[in-house]
Amino acid sequence: MKLPRFKRKTVNEAALSFTFTRRAMVVGGLQAGFGAMLVGRMGWISIAENEKYNLLSESNRVNLTLVPPRRGWILDRYGKPLANNRTDFRVDLIPDRVTDPDHTIGSLAELLSLSPDDVERIRTELEKSAGFRPVQVAEKLTYNQFAAVSVRLPDLPGVAPSQGFSRYYPAGASVGQLLGYVGAASAKEYEERKNPLLITPGFKVGKEGLEKTFDLELTGKPGAKRVEVTARGKVVRELTTRPDTPGNSITLTIDAGLQEYAGRRLGTESGSCIVLDCHTGEILCMASMPAYDPNNFSDGISHDEWNMLSNDERHPLINKSLNALYPPGSTFKPMVAMALQSAGIDPKERVHCPGGYRLGNRFFRCLGRHGSVDMHRAIAKSCNTYFYTMGNRVGIDVIARMGHAMGFGEKFDLPVLSQSYGTMPDTAWKMRRYDQKWTASDTLNASIGQGYVVVNPLQLAVMAGRIASGRNIQPRLVKGRYPQAAPMPFPKEHFDAVRNGMWEVVNGDGTAGRSRLDVPGVQMGGKTGTAQVRRIAGSQRGQSGDWKYRDHGLFVCFAPTSNPRYAASVVIEHGMGGSKAAAPVAKDVLTFLFDPAKAMERLIELEKGWGGPPAERMARQMAAFSLAKAIKKPTTSASSAEAANATAGNASSPAPAQNSSSRPADDDAPSPSPNPAGSR
Amino acid sequence: MNIVPEPLTHFPWKVLALLLAIAGFGTLVLYSSAGGSITPWAINQAVRFVIFTGMALVLSRIPLEIFARFAFPAYGLVLVSLVLVELIGGVAGGSQRWINLGFMQLQPSEFMKPIIVLAVARFYALLPVGEIRRWSAIWPALVLIGVPWSLVLVQPDLGTATMIAAGGVTVMFLAGLPLRLFIGSGLTVAAIIPIAFSFLHDYQQKRVLIFLDPESDPLGAGYHISQSKIAIGSGGLWGKGFLKGTQSHLDYLPEGHTDFVFATMAEEWGLAGGIFLIGAFLLLFRWGIGVSLRAPDKYARLVAAGLTTTIFFYVAINLMMVMGLAPVVGIPLPFMSYGGSSMLTVMLCIGIIMAIDRSTRRASQRRGNWA
Repeated sequence: MKLPRFKRKTVNEAALSFTFTRRAMVVGGLQAGFGAMLVGRMGWISIAENEKYNLLSESNRVNLTLVPPRRGWILDRYGKPLANNRTDFRVDLIPDRVTDPDHTIGSLAELLSLSPDDVERIRTELEKSAGFRPVQVAEKLTYNQFAAVSVRLPDLPGVAPSQGFSRYYPAGASVGQLLGYVGAASAKEYEERKNPLLITPGFKVGKEGLEKTFDLELTGKPGAKRVEVTARGKVVRELTTRPDTPGNSITLTIDAGLQEYAGRRLGTESGSCIVLDCHTGEILCMASMPAYDPNNFSDGISHDEWNMLSNDERHPLINKSLNALYPPGSTFKPMVAMALQSAGIDPKERVHCPGGYRLGNRFFRCLGRHGSVDMHRAIAKSCNTYFYTMGNRVGIDVIARMGHAMGFGEKFDLPVLSQSYGTMPDTAWKMRRYDQKWTASDTLNASIGQGYVVVNPLQLAVMAGRIASGRNIQPRLVKGRYPQAAPMPFPKEHFDAVRNGMWEVVNGDGTAGRSRLDVPGVQMGGKTGTAQVRRIAGSQRGQSGDWKYRDHGLFVCFAPTSNPRYAASVVIEHGMGGSKAAAPVAKDVLTFLFDPAKAMERLIELEKGWGGPPAERMARQMAAFSLAKAIKKPTTSASSAEAANATAGNASSPAPAQNSSSRPADDDAPSPSPNPAGSR
Repeated sequence: MNIVPEPLTHFPWKVLALLLAIAGFGTLVLYSSAGGSITPWAINQAVRFVIFTGMALVLSRIPLEIFARFAFPAYGLVLVSLVLVELIGGVAGGSQRWINLGFMQLQPSEFMKPIIVLAVARFYALLPVGEIRRWSAIWPALVLIGVPWSLVLVQPDLGTATMIAAGGVTVMFLAGLPLRLFIGSGLTVAAIIPIAFSFLHDYQQKRVLIFLDPESDPLGAGYHISQSKIAIGSGGLWGKGFLKGTQSHLDYLPEGHTDFVFATMAEEWGLAGGIFLIGAFLLLFRWGIGVSLRAPDKYARLVAAGLTTTIFFYVAINLMMVMGLAPVVGIPLPFMSYGGSSMLTVMLCIGIIMAIDRSTRRASQRRGNWA
């Protein structure tokens, strides 16, 4: 192209030599320039960006593992632990370092006697979480199992035995409903909180009850273990380790001894027992039975146990103190008596009880023919006719106003997951709810705590406490300094009239005469209640027949009557009568507050008849359940029976507080009494 | 002057001291890279250095005419070996580069790096002065370069192929071809890069793409560059200290004793070590260019400058690679990277340049005596 032009230029040796010199200088200069550029580039990386690369180099070198923080304790009002932590041994797998998963899992399964389910779970988790994030193999190991794995570590690359903490509830099932339980965080919880701590093996979050509501306070700050690792994940040496900061402990108003006593005293019944300090509103115990043992939940509950709990018609998974609603029956009457007085009715005014009350062409029955009764006697004898008559006179809205003042239909400011606040009906409520006018017969039913009225046991206890002290107490669960509750805006005479009636119930010619406190100088005032579960139909009067159709037994009380200090409510589901089922429980529980030894003696006597302390009964129930299941499915009978034995062993072990001397002789035979399917 | 015997004063002390400094430093780095052990790398490297230095000194005593005469035959021989590699060579790391001779692995492409300089220089030395601006001055050189270049490229060994082309083209540039040819073809190359890119192997394409953005794949193909930059960057000004590099000792830095030895060095010796090393190499290049400028005849000039540039390409490509300025192509750092082939090649270059230096001195002395 252009080349022919070059011929015109004369080229000689000297010119070429000159060109070479010039170009060689250029090449040399370029080389020097390159050298300068490389030095500049290196300076940029190592000086200007030094910090960034130092950080990257450190994050390469140092492998940080979170150490789950110890969970804060939950203490009772006297500082006794309701929930603490026990040292436990665990084994994890570090997926990155496992060379031969089949061999490793096989050896572990043998050493730790893992179930096929566990092996399957470990396998899938190992496949999913390839990396440095540990996969849990087993926890709550015995020292021997832990040692067996530890000595074989050289043959088991990737296996990481460690010592951790697990939650322990000394009182077992009696605190189950109240405290809830802890468990490994679910995928959903991790999505919400996005905290890497949640997926650290061994870390537990509160799943139910107070463990859940106070989860953030109970959770401490994780520690960190720093190790220097090679690119292949081999640990070179341990670096400084930051210890964990345990979570804050929480002091409750609960009295651990009373809580456990109440739980045990409820025995084989299904129900709730609440005791309040009627000056401060502090909840001293809030037991709901039957309950699950939270110790069994904190290391993952077996499938069988879960099935048993969720199929039980006595609902061990529901906190009956807060989340079960019952018609209050006659326990409603002290509040109605307050309402009547607030509407100007003289407590001395007498009503004749011919065995019922006629409203139009309907006859509302009373429990008996009480003759001429005033308010005092109406409460003592639980005369329906009196409350029908007076209730109808003042009208539902007066009763509803007083009901709300006493806590019915109200939600309390408590740190709990949920409260069912029930219904305190009035005319507006019925119109809103059913678009119907309130009728006189509705008022009659409401006057004796039936009909549309439903309440939870805590509301009953609060009512008892407010009547006993005359103060507008609020129930409290967390220990703290609260201002003294303001007096309720009703005259003292009104309270006295009702309290005297309640005194009569227990200590005079009343419905709970058999449940007098057996403590010198201390008397209890109360009110029994028997609530119909369904309408009386034919011969079925709620006193016989299927357990689930029997009447509920209720009791509210306070003590001592001279200067009320404690208020309580007891609800026994389908217990058939307040005086028969609920009042004796209240009596023993209150006795425990004044004379623990005497109360304990009585409880042990009772438990002998029920087949031993609750943990033993639960273990036997579990075994019976598993056995029944095994019989139904003969193919898996062997493994299920084994599981049943294992569970029975586990369930009885974490109950050191139980008195093992009362173990009955027929321990090996499944007892029919605690079996939910058995008839009483 | 007369007290010291003449052979001693003519002995290339300065260069040897420079090489010893670089190689000694390299041996130190290899010692650290092996976790503070002279085996397996440091001792081998030191022994090789001694042997190859001896070889270079022997080469330096060979008259320049021999190199000139044997340039084309040697070129032919290496070319034949390259073809043999293509036919029977072993496959290593995805490419065909080696011939197994039984007692050692021979990598003929390595020898092509200095030989191409000798061959192209020989061609321009033989070319009559007036021909330099004709077509006949260009196409034979392009053929000399192009044939081995394409043979190496299909192995495939992008790094070596680039060095062969660069070495040859540098000699063409120094030989005095019109400047506009280089500018024009530079622009052309820039235009065809996208096309060439599509001819690259998948792994090479990936390397190029990742070189452009190493952070895009820090655990995959960008791992080499990322880790190398971390090693250099975390070294800071004075480094983490001898035997204290974590990137290399904990195996985060791949190829820490071969291609990425500079990163190993920089982590422990910092920018200071880097400046020392780059400075030493620049002194070596200055010596090489100086030899070429002093050389009396055309062949010697072209060979000295060309071989210096070949060593320069080793250093430049390797350093750019470890600092994230060039894609990862397997070019070692002379005297530092563990490996016999590259040291042999570089020592061949050094030996030939020393031979040129020696003959220049003798010629000037002879002239001086007669003048």
